[in-house]
Amino acid sequence: MKTIEELKAIRENMSDTLAMRNNAEGSIRVVVGMATCGISAGARPVLQTLAQEINKRHLKNVKLVQTGCIGICRLEPIVEVYIGNEKTTYVKMTPEKALRVVNDHLVNRQVVTEFTIGAAE
Amino acid sequence: MKELSLHILDIVQNSLRAGASLVQIMVTIDTRQDFLRLKIEDNGCGMTEDFLQQVTDPFTTTRTTRKVGLGIPLLKEAAERTGGHFIIQSQVGVGTMVEANFVYRHIDCMPLGDMASTMMILIQGSPEVDFIYEYSFNERSFLLKTAELREILQHVPLDEPQVLKWIHDFVQENEGLVREGNVNENN
Repeated sequence: MKTIEELKAIRENMSDTLAMRNNAEGSIRVVVGMATCGISAGARPVLQTLAQEINKRHLKNVKLVQTGCIGICRLEPIVEVYIGNEKTTYVKMTPEKALRVVNDHLVNRQVVTEFTIGAAE
Repeated sequence: MKELSLHILDIVQNSLRAGASLVQIMVTIDTRQDFLRLKIEDNGCGMTEDFLQQVTDPFTTTRTTRKVGLGIPLLKEAAERTGGHFIIQSQVGVGTMVEANFVYRHIDCMPLGDMASTMMILIQGSPEVDFIYEYSFNERSFLLKTAELREILQHVPLDEPQVLKWIHDFVQENEGLVREGNVNENN
């Protein structure tokens, strides 16, 4: 059973981790399209998987954000990864593909070419 | 969309894009009177009378990437398919209220689905917004208010992964309790 006491415990244990996160360098931005097109194509489980996996692997330098319609609705769910000046667009995502993107791209910095928009077109 | 919780996630995006700082989501299920009602109220920028007239038309949207907007028409369609009805009210500078009424036992009434995930994702995307989620099943209900959680958490943000997981599980458990509690009551 989830209790308010548990929430207080999270607060007490958090202070150190937060300071670390604010100083994180080499940040990565992961953007998920969450408009009608994205949501109906399955963006919610993709976003949830990304959030869980980023948390599980303690990737403190990754910022996960939601956006509206990216403009290519037929290829949703779409996930964009920004590292430095480089942008990668992943299309027709699934929770399974999301796991690979976290593992190969966010952790090991290898673009998963087969899931990119270039491979789909 | 396969679940009402996905429609809710979608419709609330409109509220957020309208700059709402408070979004209230109410799900009311009444098995005796056989209805399920979704109500989403926000204090966003609202819509003009003219725009409100066209908003259930799929060829109306504020987005610039393409010329169709399906969020509201899809929800309206889903409600009407069950013999229910759809209401939208809005006032510029005050906010917008969307209400979709479904006939609960109708074969076309979608399941509510995973509201815990919907709430978690809304809060992850907009931790600064005050969300109120109320789930009622017959006479019992439970309430989640992010403003109250924020007070407890102090310096810890709502979009902290551990907090999000807590919110997810909290919603899931309480929805279950509210539903089950009612079954016991009937016995």
